Amino acid sequence: MGAPGATAAAGHDLPEQPDVLVVGGGTAALCAAIAARRGGAGVLLLEQAPRWLRGGNTRHSRNLRIRHEVPTPLSPGCYDRDEFCADLQRATGGSADAALARLLVEHSARSTDWLAAAGVQFQPVASGVLPRSRKTAFLLGGGTAMLNRLYAAAEALGVDIRYSCGVTDLKLERGRLAWVDCASASASTSTSTSTRASERTRLRPRAVVVCCGGAQANRAWLRSRWGDAADGFINRGTPHATGEVLHCLLRDGVRAAGDPDGAYLVAVDARSPADDGGIVTRVRCMPAGIVVDGTGRRIHDEGGDTASTRYALWGRRLADCPGQIAHVILDGQGLRGAPPSLYPPLLADDVDALAAALSIPRAALEKTLAEYNAAVRPPAAGDEDVAGWHTEGLTPPKSRHALPLTEPPFGAYPMRPGITFTYHGVAVDADTRVRLEDGGVVENLFAAGMIMAPNLMPRGYLSGLAMSIGVVFGRLAGEEAARHVVG
Amino acid sequence: MSSDECLHDTRAEARRVLGICNACGYCNGFCDLFEASKRRPAATAVDLEHLAHLCHGCRNCLYACQYAPPHAFGVNVPKTLARMRQRSYVERLWPGTWSGWLAAAFRHGVLTASLVSVGAIGLLLWLVWMSVPSEVLFSAHSGVQSGTGAFYRILPWWGMVLIGFLPLGWAMLSIGLSLRRYWRAIAPPGSVSWRALGSALHDVVVMRNLRGGGPGCNDLDDRASHLRRRLHQTLLVGLLLSFAATLAATFQHHVLGWQAPYPLLSAPVLLGTCGGLAMTCAVVGLARLKRREDRSPTDAEARSLDLAFLGLLFLVAVTGLVLLALRATPAMGVLLAVHLGTVLAFFLLLPYSKFVHAGYRLLSLLAEALERAGRQQV
Ligand SMILES: Cc1cc2nc3c(=O)[nH]c(=O)nc-3n(C[C@H](O)[C@H](O)[C@H](O)COP(=O)(O)OP(=O)(O)OC[C@H]3O[C@@H](n4cnc5c(N)ncnc54)[C@H](O)[C@@H]3O)c2cc1C
Ligand code: SF4
Ligand code: SF4
Repeated sequence: MGAPGATAAAGHDLPEQPDVLVVGGGTAALCAAIAARRGGAGVLLLEQAPRWLRGGNTRHSRNLRIRHEVPTPLSPGCYDRDEFCADLQRATGGSADAALARLLVEHSARSTDWLAAAGVQFQPVASGVLPRSRKTAFLLGGGTAMLNRLYAAAEALGVDIRYSCGVTDLKLERGRLAWVDCASASASTSTSTSTRASERTRLRPRAVVVCCGGAQANRAWLRSRWGDAADGFINRGTPHATGEVLHCLLRDGVRAAGDPDGAYLVAVDARSPADDGGIVTRVRCMPAGIVVDGTGRRIHDEGGDTASTRYALWGRRLADCPGQIAHVILDGQGLRGAPPSLYPPLLADDVDALAAALSIPRAALEKTLAEYNAAVRPPAAGDEDVAGWHTEGLTPPKSRHALPLTEPPFGAYPMRPGITFTYHGVAVDADTRVRLEDGGVVENLFAAGMIMAPNLMPRGYLSGLAMSIGVVFGRLAGEEAARHVVG
Repeated sequence: MSSDECLHDTRAEARRVLGICNACGYCNGFCDLFEASKRRPAATAVDLEHLAHLCHGCRNCLYACQYAPPHAFGVNVPKTLARMRQRSYVERLWPGTWSGWLAAAFRHGVLTASLVSVGAIGLLLWLVWMSVPSEVLFSAHSGVQSGTGAFYRILPWWGMVLIGFLPLGWAMLSIGLSLRRYWRAIAPPGSVSWRALGSALHDVVVMRNLRGGGPGCNDLDDRASHLRRRLHQTLLVGLLLSFAATLAATFQHHVLGWQAPYPLLSAPVLLGTCGGLAMTCAVVGLARLKRREDRSPTDAEARSLDLAFLGLLFLVAVTGLVLLALRATPAMGVLLAVHLGTVLAFFLLLPYSKFVHAGYRLLSLLAEALERAGRQQV
């Protein structure tokens, strides 16, 4: 897609001393670049991905969490400061940095207007086709559409954008970021980051905003935390979230935030590509069936979780399964009600054939199903709700939606843990300046987006929070960086 | 590859792509297609056809798609559905007798339109040349005032009828029967209500599905604009005005007994001039967009069909305007023949041109409007 201003050959003629260097190309990076440019600074933006894959995990996002004191065309009802703060503290077990949380909640109310002024389109509730969501606003066309608008706005403002050009190393000296090394890959369509050409350039920017996301695409890094289990993970988002910058910063004495072992995992179809399968790979129909691991045994109460956190709970459980794989098994009735899926379910006329298709010991699967079907009980008399079906005397129990699984054909979705982001980042102060391990800050280094989100979200998650963090702190970081250089 | 296999592949690809969209749904604010597709999880051949005609090809959902090529999922909805529409035009063609041949007309739109136009213009020139003495053909018509039947000295009235109404009648019959078959396949149960019809016509007039959910379409690339929608509306208005001009002329001829050419300030000339100008401007604008647009969201055959239709419209409109301007000069005779030639080509190709999209789209919008009304009642 040849588009205006697509600057391909990245490594060449890079300005050696840009006012502000923005590292990354997602929400946080674009907001930072636009804000810094409007603040009067010259801006160079380096995006490690090629143009078609620009924008990191933002490409896959849909909505952002916003405070609004009155109903708006984008979100019904109201969502005030107290409720937002309370949600955040509850989801993170009270571990969110209070000052940053206040900033987020405060500024989130202005983020949709700010984005709209940059040309971003939202989808009004009146479109009638959105899930009801009081706490978030939906992007028309999703994150990729938003990125198109933000890149266009940045280009129009004169931001120098280079694709296929990533930061590979950097140096912190005496509380300053001294230099940054970057390397460009030939503008290929390859998603592999290892094919990077060795053309390196050393830049000495006056200020830097790092917005390059987490390290969830870095297999070696995941293996160092999760051992062999990491091989069974599927990375839902960009293959470019490789964490070099995070690694270099922590190496040079930056204070870490969040949990080095944490990862936000959800259940995804095991047949998904290793990277970038995005939202459509999710598997959601656990309550309609039973979930068995590779040995044919059930692993958890499938009807128990109802909150929106249920996806993440299953992600963790899958990570603990042998081979990090399990299967949700449905019968004919469950299959009819299953939500649309990326891949069709594996189908079989009877349990034997299904066991063979899934490489599960036949006897074990038959036993599990027989025990389950023998334990299901209808809801109490007078209760018509199918959710009231439950098991009795079964471990683990299925507390709700426990309909008998007897109607052929039988179907299965194989599942693996899908990593969305990691909970390990850099600590920042209220100006988004990166903090040092031994106190103090790096005077010319700012961070925004997922690389600093663990300050606010060391664990847990709220839908739309990551994007809100990207917009709010991207803007702040861009403004601060411009102020630092322009004065 | 045989056309059956080809159709099979096109369907399989549409099914695959829309299956991914059903699981994603991010684009459901752009147009009606995405929710309509979700309501048709079985994605039968007829479902896919209906969905393809529902898509207005605004292209927004390609630029917004995180799975657009070269992503491994390779989701390109506009292109996939443009292919489906092409196949549907051929498959629904009535009569199906020469559909193998006529499929080629759909496949090679520009080539077909060029050949037929040249042939038709040649035929008319030849007819006029053979039948009209050259003193008459090239005489200065400056003395000839309106209302004297000067045109009929070049070509008799019945000749014009033969050239105009016979092919047009055939085209309408063919398109009508094709559309009837289509409607029978897609019509939701129950009868058509005026309300639903009104709603579908409203969708056509404002081209609601070309609004991209508000900001407009990705006419050229990933920037949004309303230019294509406006141009398309102008073209529609131009066509309707030209049609009205023809009706007015027929009325004056038959009912009032007035002879063409009509004076400049008469209804047929005024309507025709406005219609011709609107059509010319719209066609030029649309063709310029087509020339500059990113081609990844389109299908090469569909693009050729679009260009062919624009070309035909341009020829008809421009030769008509030139004829009007120079009707009092010695060039009138030749110009009349050329203009009628373009009209003949236009009518002959109507059932095998992009023109047919209007009918299919209206019917698909109507089916959606009926379903919408049905859902609201429940
Ligand atoms: C499938 C999916 C759906 C999601 N949906 C939502 C949602 O609906 N709402 C929500 O709030 N969040 C959602 N998220 C979370 C998402 O991570 C955030 O919304 C958002 O992308 C974070 O923005 P960011 O700018 O910090 O990081 P990203 O958007 O990931 O951007 C990081 C950028 O840095 C670049 N980069 C990385 N390393 C380097 C380097 N060394 N040099 C140069 N550039 C580099 C990358 O190429 C990328 O462009 C979703 C995530 C996934 C995977
Ligand atoms: S076109 Fe792409 S982004 Fe849009 S609904 Fe389909 S899969 Fe989702
Ligand atoms: S009308 Fe536009 S948004 Fe809708 S399917 Fe067609 S190209 Fe996509």
